[in-house]
Amino acid sequence: MTSVPTLPARRRTMRWRDRDALYGYLFSAPAVLGSLAFVIAPLIAVVWYSLHEWNVLANTFTFIGGENYTRMLTDAALHDSLWASLWFSLGVLVLNMTLALALAVLLNQHLPGTTLFRVLFFSPVVVSLVAWTIVWGFLLQADNGVNAFLAALGVTGPNWLRGSVTAMIAVVVVQVFKNVGLNMVLFLAALQGVPEDIGEAARLDGAGAWRRFTSITLPMISPTMLLVGILTLVGSLETFALIDVLTDGGPGTSTTVLVFYLYRQAFEFNQFGYASAIAVLLFVIVLALTLLQWQTRKKWVFHES
Amino acid sequence: MSPDQLTKPPTAQPSPGARRPVGRHSPRPRRGKRPPRAEHLGRAALVFLMVLLAVPFVFPTWWMASSSLKTTSEILRIPPTVWAESPTLAPYRDVFTLQPFAQQYMNSLYIAVAVTIGTIAVAALAGYAFARIRFPGANALFVIVLIGMLVPSEVTIVPLFRMVNTLGLIDTHWPLIVIPVLGAPSVLATFIMRQFFITFPGELEEAGRMDGLTRFGIFARIAFPLARSAVAAVAIFTFLKSWNLYLEPIVYLSSKENFTLPQALTQYVDAYGGPIWNVQLAATTLTVIPVLIVFVIAQRQFIQGLANTGLKG
Repeated sequence: MTSVPTLPARRRTMRWRDRDALYGYLFSAPAVLGSLAFVIAPLIAVVWYSLHEWNVLANTFTFIGGENYTRMLTDAALHDSLWASLWFSLGVLVLNMTLALALAVLLNQHLPGTTLFRVLFFSPVVVSLVAWTIVWGFLLQADNGVNAFLAALGVTGPNWLRGSVTAMIAVVVVQVFKNVGLNMVLFLAALQGVPEDIGEAARLDGAGAWRRFTSITLPMISPTMLLVGILTLVGSLETFALIDVLTDGGPGTSTTVLVFYLYRQAFEFNQFGYASAIAVLLFVIVLALTLLQWQTRKKWVFHES
Repeated sequence: MSPDQLTKPPTAQPSPGARRPVGRHSPRPRRGKRPPRAEHLGRAALVFLMVLLAVPFVFPTWWMASSSLKTTSEILRIPPTVWAESPTLAPYRDVFTLQPFAQQYMNSLYIAVAVTIGTIAVAALAGYAFARIRFPGANALFVIVLIGMLVPSEVTIVPLFRMVNTLGLIDTHWPLIVIPVLGAPSVLATFIMRQFFITFPGELEEAGRMDGLTRFGIFARIAFPLARSAVAAVAIFTFLKSWNLYLEPIVYLSSKENFTLPQALTQYVDAYGGPIWNVQLAATTLTVIPVLIVFVIAQRQFIQGLANTGLKG
């Protein structure tokens, strides 16, 4: 008697739940099928292609096992590009983090005009990288922009894009000015999360501003710094447009970073098989950095709670 | 980091820093009994430092705009003139006569709008399903989607090019719309929508269910309209990402009337491949200024949206 009224109710719940599961599949279907078609299938394909000699122009597609990978070991141009990537990424990392932190600290001083300056420092983030790079290409000519500015100060600037070291410095600086605003805002949020009473207590104990910064502020924002650092590294590894527009990998191969070398092999030399092997290498590097980031984030969340 | 750097892996929880509104200031702390005069001087020095540091951020945009008004002979003059001596709009006329620039502008605009709308639809539906609906295999399906966050677009460009080629879609806009909406670039959006819907109050859904709404009704009438902040963040970074896309257009497109803006900007070159600077800078100005205007108007939403997605992603 008591169970009779509840039965239809329960059945209705069951039906809702079954139908709900159906909605779950329907709602997620575009994302899931899209991932299978445009992420996972291409990922498997690129590994498969990397085991082939595949020249698009000659129309060859021959299985060669690991030969593309052994070729990597002796390919001097690839080694050059790995070195270029390393210098570029390290340069971007150090300069971006330092500048972002300095700007964030400045913006956190409650100075007049802070909102305006935050907008100015952030504005290159929303500008297209190609547009930004074109303007800097113009500025970095032998006698224009930057060097004219330096000449006004009595300094003779180098022909930036014609020397291998200065070209590397140029791509690093252009990339950093483009993106530093984002890291600056992330640091600013972290700085504003630092409780002010700790600093105040240290100040009363006679700690100077620099001491308070290095002993209190830096340790407290170090998790953000680690995270932002890895994100910056991964981003620098994926930089293509800047190199293509500003230096075309040159002079020589001095700014041919890994992604640019991959593009060259595929779409200029038509070596799709070898390019796929380079893509696998790039994927492994980015994957390692990402896993490192997840690991550190897990630790960080644990400490926070 | 650039917007295209935002495709970053997930986290179980957004950072505490990401939750508070970025850049809003706590009230100014009371300082101790420092001599006010020294403090004033110190603060003036800091403002001066900020002005100096702002130069490399502002100078390029100003130099771009002023140089785009120079005649061909003036732009080559050494040393360069600070202001255009006889400002001319001729470079702006050449922008449109050397290339179908208006068409290219429209291409970029409609592709970015289509990608933004498509991404919001796909990401909101999937994010809602993974956050609110219990169905068998949900976690496995979510992992399949998340793999996209680990894959830089350069890694899969060769197989995707082959796929597009096989389907006969080279030199069309289809790959620039469909792949970003369904593939790796939309995964961060799905993740952000899921993070938002996880915190969504269940009572609201229960109320909708009592009123006889279907799951789709609950999503469309209750959950999605309340997700405005997350949708705005997704819209901003998705639009910018599509608008700024470079590698994919140069791989997939070959005829000038199909080009998108970043690709078109690099095409203002003379017979020797050297850039025609004033025209190129005029085209660049036309590309950059509208985005900067929108950014200045909605700077708070832009900075918060991009920073929050940057950290969560």
